[in-house]
Amino acid sequence: MADAAERPLLRVEAAVKEYGERVKTVALAGVDLSLDAGEFAALVGPSGSGKSTLLNLVGLLDRPTSGRIWLGDTETTALDEAGLTAVRARMLGFVFQFHHLLPAFTAVENVMLPEWGDTGFASKALRRRAEELLHAVGLADRMSYRTTDLSGGQQQRVAVARALVRRPPLVLADEPTGNLDTESSHEVLELMRRFNRELGTTFLVVTHDPRIADACDRVVELVDGRVESDHRAAPR
Amino acid sequence: MPFAWFVALRYLRDAKGQTALILAAVSVGVSVIVFLSALINGLQASLIDKTLGSQPHVTVRVPREAPRALVEPTAETAIARNVQATSQRLRSIDQWPLVMADLERVAGVTAVAPLVTGAGFARRGDAKLPIAVRGIDAERFLSILDVRRSIVAGRYDVAGGNVLVASTLATDLGVAPGDKLRMTTSEGVDDTVTVAGVFTLGNEAVDSTWVLTSLRHAQSLYALPGGATSLELKVADVFDAERVAQTAHDRSGLDAQSWMKRNAELLAGLSAQSGSKAVIQFFVVVAVALGIASVLIVSVVQKSREIGILRAVGTAPRRVLAVFLIQGGVLGLLGSIVGSAFGALLSKLFESMARDPNGAPKFPIELDLSLFAATAALATGVGLLAAVIPARRAARLDPAKAIRNG
Repeated sequence: MADAAERPLLRVEAAVKEYGERVKTVALAGVDLSLDAGEFAALVGPSGSGKSTLLNLVGLLDRPTSGRIWLGDTETTALDEAGLTAVRARMLGFVFQFHHLLPAFTAVENVMLPEWGDTGFASKALRRRAEELLHAVGLADRMSYRTTDLSGGQQQRVAVARALVRRPPLVLADEPTGNLDTESSHEVLELMRRFNRELGTTFLVVTHDPRIADACDRVVELVDGRVESDHRAAPR
Repeated sequence: MPFAWFVALRYLRDAKGQTALILAAVSVGVSVIVFLSALINGLQASLIDKTLGSQPHVTVRVPREAPRALVEPTAETAIARNVQATSQRLRSIDQWPLVMADLERVAGVTAVAPLVTGAGFARRGDAKLPIAVRGIDAERFLSILDVRRSIVAGRYDVAGGNVLVASTLATDLGVAPGDKLRMTTSEGVDDTVTVAGVFTLGNEAVDSTWVLTSLRHAQSLYALPGGATSLELKVADVFDAERVAQTAHDRSGLDAQSWMKRNAELLAGLSAQSGSKAVIQFFVVVAVALGIASVLIVSVVQKSREIGILRAVGTAPRRVLAVFLIQGGVLGLLGSIVGSAFGALLSKLFESMARDPNGAPKFPIELDLSLFAATAALATGVGLLAAVIPARRAARLDPAKAIRNG
C-alpha cells in the first residue's frame, strides 16, 4: 500500500460498451480516463456521446463489454453482483437528477438511505450525521418533509447530502442541475465545490451546461464514444 | 427498526387504498375459513356427541354360533350336503371377569362394564310393549353412558327389584317413579319390578325400549347365573375406537364392534363433509394468495425506479427481497387477525339466530384458539409464499435499467 497515494482514485482502461445483439450500437469505443483524489471534473459532450454510459460503468451500475475499471485498489470487472454492491457502498456516492429521491421517505431518511440500506440498521450516529449534512446544505428546517413537498433546488441539495453521507471518496453526479433554474443550479454547484474543498471528496459531474463545466477544474469531452479533449483549467 | 421492515411498512402505509383493498380481500377469505371450520367442526362434534350419547364406544360379545360340517369335500370326492344355519341363543362370555380385567389394560380404554342384555315384554294394564332389558353394574355402567345425568324423573337406582325405564316407554306404559311393572323375558321368566326413575338419552330407538335393571336381576331373568352377555368399553379418543375394537378382538377372540362400524354411514357423511370443507378452504386460500401476489407485482412495477435507486445507493438485493416478502407476510397476518375476528363474530351471530325452541343452538359453533392460531399461521405463510415471485423480481431488477426506464 506504499504507493496508494500515487495511485489514481479512478482508472478506466480501454472501456468499450456495446448495446444490442444483432445490430451493435457502440456507446463507448475505448475510453481511457483516470481521476486523482480531490479532483473536481466535468464530463461533457453532445447527446449520445456516451457520457451517461461511462458514468454507469464507473458507478458499477453496468458492466463494460471489454476494458477494465479500477476504483482505488479494486479491479471491478471481475466482481459479482454482491461484490459490486459492496464496492458501490464503500467508494461511491450518487447525485442523480432530482427526481431520483425516494418519495416515500422524508428528507432525512433519504440522506440516511445509503448506509441504512447497506447495513440494515439506522444508528443514532447515522441519523446525527444525516441531520448535520442537511444543516450544511441549508435544509435544517426541512428534515422531516417528504421530498415531494420540497422545491427542485431543495431536492437536489438533499441528493447531494445523500451522496455524501458515507463520506465516499468519489461522488458521481449525472446532470445534477439539469432540471434547475439558474439560481438553484448555482447553489447546488457551490455546495459540491464546498464539499470538494472541505472534505476532499472527488467529483465527476456529467453536464450539458457550459457554465457548470467552466466552474470545474478539469473538463473531459466525449464525442462518439471517445475522449475528444481533456484539459485542466488554470489554478484559481 | 430494521431497514427492510421500515421500507415495507412505509410502502404499505403510503399505498393506503391498495393496502386496504387487499386487506379486505384477505380478511373476507380468512373469515370464510374460520366460519366454515367453526360451523362444520361444531356440527360434527355435536353429531358425534349425540350418537355416542346412547351407545358405547365398543361392544364385546360372544361370536355367533356357526354350524360345522363333519366331513369336508376333498379333491377326489364330492359331497352332497345341506348345512343348516344355527339359531342363536343367549350365551355368557366365558370367564368374563378375567376378560374384563384384561381389556382394562388395553391402551386407550378408560372403562369397561359387564352387561346382560335380552329381549322381553313389559305389561301394565292393557299395554304390552316389547322391551330391551339391560342388566348393568350400577357403578361401572355410569362411565360408559352417564344415565344418572339423563334421569328426568325419580332417581338412579337399580338395586333390589328397582328398574329405570326409558322416557318414551314410560309414557307408553303410563308409569312414573314408584309404580309397579310386570316384565316377561324371552326366556319366559315373569317378574314384577318397581320403577325407580325415568331417563332419556335422545335416541328414539333407545328411549322407547330400554329398561335398565341390575346385572344380578338380569342374570336371573335370563337364566345366566353369574354370566355377562357383553362387555361395553369406553375409549379415550372416540376415533380410536376401531383400533381398540381390533385389539380387543385379537386379545379375547370375542366379537368386538366399534361405534364407527355401527355408524359407518354417519362417518362416511362426516368425512365427505370434511372433504368438501377442505376443497372450499383450498380455493379460498388460492384466491387469497393470488390477490396478495397480484397487488405486490403491481407494486414492484410501480416502484421499479425507486427499487433501482435503492440498489444504486448500496442496498443489497436480499434486502430488497425482504422488503416485499415482509409486505406479503404482514398483509397475510393483518388480514388473518381482522378476518378471524370477523369470522368469529359471524359464527356467533349465526349461532344466536338459529336456535331450537328450547333455546339450544341448532348449529353449535366450535371456536377455539388453535383454529385462530392455525389460520393466522396459514395466512402469514400464504402471504410470504405469494410474495416470493414479486420479491424475486424486485431483487433482480437491474438498477441502471430501472433508473433509466423508470
